[in-house]
Amino acid sequence: MTTQTSTPATAGRNGASGDAPIVEVKDLKLYFPVTAGFILQRKVADVKAVDGISFDIRRGETLGLVGESGCGKSTTGRAILQLYRPTAGEVKFEGQDLTKVKGGALRRYRRKMQMIFQDPYASLDPRMSVGRIISEPLAIHGLAKGPARKQRVQELLRVVGLNPAFASRFPHEFSGGQRQRIGIARALAVEPDFIVCDEPVSALDVSIQAQIINLLEELQEEFGLTYLFIAHDLSVVRHISDRVAVMYLGHIMELTDRAELYENPQHPYTKALLSAVPIPDPELERTRERIILHGDVPSPLHPPSGCVFNTRCPIAVEECRERLPEWRDLGNGHWVACHRV
Amino acid sequence: MAPLLEIKNLRTEFRTDEGLVKAVNGVSFEVAAGETLGLVGESGCGKSVSALSILRLIPDPPGKIVAGEIIFEGQDILKMNDDEVRAIRGNRIGMVFQEPMTSLNPVLTIGRQMTESIELHMKLDKEGSRKRAVELLEMVGIPEAGRRLSDYPHQFSGGMRQRVMIAMALSCNPKLILADEPTTALDVTIQAQILEILARLSKELGTAVIIITHNLGVVARYADRVNVMYAGKIIETATAAEVYANPRHPYTIGLLKSVPRLDQAKKDRLDPIEGSPPDLINLPSGCSFSPRCRYAIDKCFVEEPPLASVGENHYAACWVLPTKDMPGTVQTVGVAGGARA
Repeated sequence: MTTQTSTPATAGRNGASGDAPIVEVKDLKLYFPVTAGFILQRKVADVKAVDGISFDIRRGETLGLVGESGCGKSTTGRAILQLYRPTAGEVKFEGQDLTKVKGGALRRYRRKMQMIFQDPYASLDPRMSVGRIISEPLAIHGLAKGPARKQRVQELLRVVGLNPAFASRFPHEFSGGQRQRIGIARALAVEPDFIVCDEPVSALDVSIQAQIINLLEELQEEFGLTYLFIAHDLSVVRHISDRVAVMYLGHIMELTDRAELYENPQHPYTKALLSAVPIPDPELERTRERIILHGDVPSPLHPPSGCVFNTRCPIAVEECRERLPEWRDLGNGHWVACHRV
Repeated sequence: MAPLLEIKNLRTEFRTDEGLVKAVNGVSFEVAAGETLGLVGESGCGKSVSALSILRLIPDPPGKIVAGEIIFEGQDILKMNDDEVRAIRGNRIGMVFQEPMTSLNPVLTIGRQMTESIELHMKLDKEGSRKRAVELLEMVGIPEAGRRLSDYPHQFSGGMRQRVMIAMALSCNPKLILADEPTTALDVTIQAQILEILARLSKELGTAVIIITHNLGVVARYADRVNVMYAGKIIETATAAEVYANPRHPYTIGLLKSVPRLDQAKKDRLDPIEGSPPDLINLPSGCSFSPRCRYAIDKCFVEEPPLASVGENHYAACWVLPTKDMPGTVQTVGVAGGARA
């Protein structure tokens, strides 16, 4: 097992290429079984939530993972943290394949990997004080005991922009934005290197979203954090990510640098997705080209053959219905899975 | 020409255990025939309550429309008896709600739900209303419309359900449609489909639309005119082009600055509005936005500014009336401030 110290905060953003990746995902698959029968449950099908994806997350960067509901983006985040055990494939964290680690050893890795959840109402126990919520991970990992623990909680509250005196209050006393700050403090408590942010701002009001996004960026610089930022809001992802991966029905369609993805998208799904997002500027909106996709996302129980996007793709040909496009690098780290590019 | 709908000094309040919530606190606006009006603001600003008040759909108790006039086609809805209001609901004014699953009855077929109001309002027989229902479903792009009439809501996807809702809202050739966050629960590619349908049909049929949303992009793309609401009041109103190009209320300016935009490369940090929206039970004295405002002067904390003309068809309620390029002083309230009592 290798234990690397985290890189200095400044080395992280924007130019992290060349460093060893902190997370390497290789051909990850996660199927949820569909069972029938009551006592003798037998498996009748699989929901292929994630179906063979590969990517790296570089130390200190923010990798945005976007896609529509049901595309497998949250499942991917949880599978990396081993909250769901992958059906197949590898998830390497600092070189160690986590799919082969169990029990106490896995718990030691969990200290380095944390998660921030979408719903600031559901993700905090209403019967625990804020102090207990934030110190629970410290207790689990046996960090900072007694008065030191109390001090640490107060420090964490200050770090996320809350009054340290709030430790004795309960979640219902806080607004959505403040709750999300508490969730962030809890994730930071064990000094992780890597945080999966699963839609951390989508439940918040517009004016509060910007506060939380700024906080996440400040914390990243201060503590040299690496983020996997899962979201469906493409504007937010453009702002916060260094690189962006676009998912559809369990597959990654395209992955590249932020600027490249938004200025020069290659995959027809990425193009349609970007054109569907309205921009707050009526002048510009009047002239923008829109690609309206027809139909709905197919069920992951019965994904289409070949390329999973072929049923809605405006430029699909026979080959797309027959053969799964390979995941290839167009050069400069611009990855895409499409026959027609 | 008299406007289609004219709302004058509307006040809607809710009695709660904590006190009197002034959800809509003196709102006046007009909707011309055929126009699309955007009502924007964050949660709790009173945009949905304003719309529900138009059809007297406020549950009483706890809610009550305590003052104002709602003049639709020359008649005050607030002075009508229940039968007269019922003749307008779903007939002259159609509605589309946010959550298509909860606003459709799960135990009735789509056909039954659609023909119910058609039979009632258009006085058609069974065969005629069925024909009308098929025609409507085809209009909103539901394939095999005739067959799908006998399906139940759960057999439709979210986007398809919202299409059914739009078809139902249009069923009696309304003059006005109230669309309350019609696409918030939907994915972005489906959102684009639904909004395009709504925009196309309202144009073809000459129906006015009030679209209520927190999404500034949606308003920019689809609205002719925009009302920005904050703490139960309209704080700025103008044509969509004017609001985005030349906002004059600090809240509008703040909202536009705080959202990351899909078409803009990353700025260093987002520019959030500090603090959180006010408690509607204990509104701040003077201007409700003053505690969060970067431009506030002494007068703002004492005296409430009226909605005053700042240009052609452009009104804003502010004593300072900054422009978007005017630098303000950053307020320090909010982040570390008190939790909600």
